[in-house]
This record gives sequence, C-alpha cells and structure tokens, in this order.
Amino acid sequence: MNYHWDWGVFFKSTGVGSEIYLNWFVTGLGWTIAVALAGWIIALALGSVLGVMRTLPGKALPAIASAYVELFRNVPLLVQLFVWYFLVPDLLPTPLEMWYKQGLSPMQSQFLAVVICLGLFTAARVCEQVRTGIEALPRGQRNAALAMGFSTGQTYRHVLLPQAFRIIIPPLTSEFLNIFKNSSVASLIGLMELLAQTRQTAEFSANFFEAFTMATVIYFVLNMSLMTFMGWVEKRLRIPGMMGGSK
Amino acid sequence: MSKMIDINNVNKWYGEFQVLTDCTTSVSKGEVVVVCGPSGSGKSTLIKCVNALEPFQKGEIIVDGISVGDPKTDLPKLRSRVGMVFQHFELFPHLSITDNLAIAQMKVLGRGREEAMDKGLKLLDRVGLKAHAAKFPGQLSGGQQQRVAIARALAMDPIAMLFDEPTSALDPEMINEVLDVMTELAQEGMTMMCVTHEMGFARRVAHRVIFMDKGHIVEDCAKDEFFGNIDARSERARQFLSKILQH
Amino acid sequence: MALDFSQILPTLPSLIDGMTLTLKLLVMAVAGGVGLGTLLALARLSSNNMLAFAAKFYVNYFRSIPLLLVISWFYLAVPILLYWITGNLTPVGAFTSCLVAFVMFEAAYFSEIVRAGIQAIPKGQLNAAYALGMTYSQAMRLVILPQAFRKMTPLLLQQSIILFQDTSLVYAVGLMDFLNTARSKGDIVGLPHEFLLFAGAVYFVISFSASQVVKRLQKRLAV
Repeated sequence: MNYHWDWGVFFKSTGVGSEIYLNWFVTGLGWTIAVALAGWIIALALGSVLGVMRTLPGKALPAIASAYVELFRNVPLLVQLFVWYFLVPDLLPTPLEMWYKQGLSPMQSQFLAVVICLGLFTAARVCEQVRTGIEALPRGQRNAALAMGFSTGQTYRHVLLPQAFRIIIPPLTSEFLNIFKNSSVASLIGLMELLAQTRQTAEFSANFFEAFTMATVIYFVLNMSLMTFMGWVEKRLRIPGMMGGSK
Repeated sequence: MSKMIDINNVNKWYGEFQVLTDCTTSVSKGEVVVVCGPSGSGKSTLIKCVNALEPFQKGEIIVDGISVGDPKTDLPKLRSRVGMVFQHFELFPHLSITDNLAIAQMKVLGRGREEAMDKGLKLLDRVGLKAHAAKFPGQLSGGQQQRVAIARALAMDPIAMLFDEPTSALDPEMINEVLDVMTELAQEGMTMMCVTHEMGFARRVAHRVIFMDKGHIVEDCAKDEFFGNIDARSERARQFLSKILQH
Repeated sequence: MALDFSQILPTLPSLIDGMTLTLKLLVMAVAGGVGLGTLLALARLSSNNMLAFAAKFYVNYFRSIPLLLVISWFYLAVPILLYWITGNLTPVGAFTSCLVAFVMFEAAYFSEIVRAGIQAIPKGQLNAAYALGMTYSQAMRLVILPQAFRKMTPLLLQQSIILFQDTSLVYAVGLMDFLNTARSKGDIVGLPHEFLLFAGAVYFVISFSASQVVKRLQKRLAV
C-alpha cells in the first residue's frame, strides 16, 4: 500500500479533452455556487412568506406553515432529493414529464431537481428564523404601525420585516453557508458539482489525498468569503442606536 | 358639543376573564379626558379598544360617527384619523426620525415625499427636536423619543389623540418635557383621551376624569368635581388618589 | 400513478437490518462525537493558547466543509491512515470509515454545544470547587460538566436527531443503512417510489416523535 504523493497533480492532464484537473475543480465550484445561490433565492422568498404566515393571527395559515416546517425538517435531505429527482417527475402531467425527462439535458434536469430540493428544504429553516425575528420584536411595534393606519401588509413590509431581518442576519448567515455545504448531495444524483469533481479526480488520478485536500481548502475559503461578505452586509445595515443601547 | 368618541356598554373578555364590564362614556370634540386607575383596572385595554387594537365582544364604540366594532369598517382608515401615543414610544428603530414622521403620511395618506418631510420637520420643530431630524430613535433619550412619537401622530392630522400612559416609562426628569407638549396640544383644542397617573396634569389640563377599577368605570365626572369634592368619591377612588397624591 | 405498498411487508427483515445499522451508527457516532466534542470544548476553554487555537481550528475547519465530503474522503483515507499508523494491512469496512467520519465531523458541532453549556455555568461554581481542594479535572468531572450536561441535554438530542437524518448520507459509499436498503429493495421489486416514500415516512415519524420528546424535555428543564 504505497501512496504516491504528487501535489502537481492539479496541473496534469485529465486525459479527457485538453483539460487539466484544475479545470474540473473550477467547473465544480461553478456548479456548487450556481446551485446554492438559486436554491437560496427560493429559500429566502418562500421562507419569508412562511415565517410571516406563522406570525399571522388566525389558525389556518400558521398551521399550514408549521406543518410545512415539520415535514421538511424531519425528512433527510437525501430522501427529499430522491423524491424530487426520481419520484416527482413521474407524478407530473404528461407534457411536463416529457419536457423534464426528454426536453432537458441530464445536467439541466439534475440542476432543477437539486435547486428545488435545496430551496424548499432550506425554506423551512429560514421560516423558523424569520418567525423568531418577528416574535423578538416588541409587541408595541405592531400596534404602533396599526395605530397609524398601516394595513397588515404594510405593517410587515415597512415596520416588522426590516427589523426582523436585521436581527436574524447571523442565523441566516449560517443557513446561507449550510446551503453551500448541503449542495454537495447533488453529487449523489450525478450533478458534477465540486464534490463530484473531487471524487472523479480522486478516481482518475489516484491522488485522492491531494484532491480532497484541494476540495476542503476550496470549501474553507468559500465559507470564509461568504462569512466576510455577510459580516459586511450586517455592518452596512446596522442602525445607530438599534439593538443594545436603545431604550 | 358633539361626541367624538362614544363608548357604549363595552364588554371584553380574555377567555373566561372579564377585563371590561359595561363601560360607557364619551369624549366630546375638543375635550380632554384623563383616565386613571390602578394597574390592571382595564384603562389601557379600554383606550386600545377605541382604535380597535384590542377587539371587544359586546357593546359599541363610535368614533366620529363610525362604528369601530363593525366588521365592514375600514380599520386602517379609521386608525389613520386617530393619533396614538404609547407607553414605550414605539418609534420604528430602523428608520431615521424624519422617516418615522413621514412614512405613514406617505404610505397611508398617500402624501408626496416632500410634503410629508415638510410637515414632519415642522412638527419636529414644534416639539423642539428639529436638530435631531437625521438621527435614529435609539440615539435619543426617552423624553425626546416620546416627543417625536407625539409629532409622528400629529403629522397624520388626527381628529383625536389617544395617550396610553405616555410618561410612565420615562425617567422622572423627562416627564415634564412630554407633559408640556401635551398641555400645549390640549390648549389648542385637540380632543384627547389620556390614560395617565399624572394627577397634576389632570388637574391643570383635563376637563373630565374617569376612574376605573377591575374593568368598571367607577367615576366619570368633571375635573373640579373629581378633585374638589373628594368626600363624594367612591372608596376605591379615594384610596387610589391618596396613594397617588402622596408621591 | 397507483402506489402499491403491499411488497414492503415481505422485505421487512432486510429493512429492519438496515435500520439496525443506521441506529448502531447513530449511537456510536453520538457517543464518540460527544466524547471528542467535550475534549475539544475543554481544549478551547483551556488557558493554554496553543491548545485553544488548535481546537478552534479543528471546529471551524469541520464546520466549513460538507459532511458528505468527509464521508467520501475518509472512505478512501481511513484504510491507508490505519496502515501508516499500525504498519500492517487491516481490512477496514465502510462502516468503520463512516463511523470515524461521523465522529470527527459531529465532534465539531457537539463541541460548540458543550462549550456553551460550560460557559453557562457561573464562575463561582469553579471557584467553590477549587475552594474545596479539588483539582481542575475533579472540578470539571464532578461539578461543572454534570451541571452543563444537564442543561444542554435538549440541544445534544436535537443535534442527534439531525445526525440521525444525516446517517442516510452513507449511501455515498454504499453502506446498507435503512435508506440504501429501502432503495435497493425497491429497485429489485420494481417499486422504487413506494419504497422511497415508505423510507421517508419512517424517517419522518422517528425524527418528528423524537423532536416532540425533546421539546417536552426542554420545557421541563426550563422550569
């Protein structure tokens, strides 16, 4: 069991086309970012709506949102991915099913399934953060907005949500980072994102220590950059005197 | 004098617990009515019923000819015509002072930005805080925040003002700056309903005083009668007054 | 699409075997993860700067990479690492590799919970233990950790529920856990959808019931 170290492996030809292994990592990173960002847009939009629903008066809407959260939080992500990729297409009306199975390239159909899966999965988490943020606001804020004649929609838009989102930036940041990490499940249905490219490099070159080291470094740097970015966002949105210090 | 706020036989329950019992009173145009009573007497609940921040189960409240409890009533519109000042100010911490003054004018009344800003600044000047226009609520003292809150309510050109313990969250040295603004407002003929323990203010400014206890309106009489003829007051009102006036 | 769940019953013995493997992995990973996590937490809180930094790096490192990456990597790496360490070739199954991956990965998450738990214990407790003549390790073992663990039990359980769901990722290396068994049985019988839905339902029922229990426990401990 001899292992041949070769840190120069990334610049060696893959034997596929004229690509070197580094190209594979770049392509993989591109897919990872695309999947995560597209999923995040869905998660943020749907999660916000669900989070608001959970704080509305009445019974039906909060119950629906809460059922959604329980369902998507208690089924493993991989099971959800299999459901979206293998099962849901068979349930679609025939024209849609044909479009999904034959109209799209394999890469496109994998991408679509992963994005929907990650988006809906993460939405449940975002929902809980948004709800927590809204509930953390003093009850008087809602009353003050209503007393000035704001409708419920305006109260959320102008008063509650701008404050709630500022409070929840830190937990939201960690969900944002999670969606990048979770996107690696896409490799299990064949989407060639970062982890899949890493595994492929490991198999092709047999230098799996180098390949996986490269992958962890990329994830690590990605993580740090996103964290720095979110810290910058948080700072930009900080309000003088709000939180701590405000009476 | 025509009745601006007419409260008729209002009853309210929290589940089994009755918080308001057969409350009947009214506030005429230009009248200043002070509502007092021990904590838990229902006075804050009653004033919140006037602009429907709290629902009530029985009875009727008419504000400027419009029934508050009627499900067909356009509540945002009604509320936009009645100003309210809260115990904890409830300025919107994520908006600057000028935006706090302008937002409801723009979003609820549909005024243009310039008009709303103009009006806001004029009122800010009136409460002596023009210099703080660009700051955020968290950067002001409690007394200053409450004066801004009064200006914010006035910016909507209200037909009446509701005050819900406007000074009870303030440090003692800041109470007078707020009471001065309220006194000035009363002298200009604003219709006011004030829940407050400030008996000095009541004595100087109020036309009528209402005393509540355990959800009942126990006393409802002219100011001179209330303070001048203490022996004719109910046992509970006398106890309350002797406690309050000692301090 | 008509669903036919009748074929699940005959395969129940294999499914139970799969679930046994899942639960075995879960219990061992939680035990190992909490153990290693506690050591990491103590290292991070220690006055030795080198030790604290190393622990912090470990935690941040594992928290910034996907679990699936660790599983895939360790599957290849653990046999070789063992060979380098012990010098002889020992066949290492996928189960062991996965277990090592889970323990090392989850330890990073458990350590954050343990650290917060220790920090939530008032400083006076440690001083009181010292005043009674205890050593650092006695104070930790007898005074601080028992209190901290009591407080953080709900959080540790919550993390374990997440871990329970994450065990399904061993699919990546072909380990026959509950999900993988259900998938392969479904394929063999020709009813993949039914078996997938059944597996999802089982995961849901277990996770959901467990989180309800944790919620109740949290309320009881809060009082």
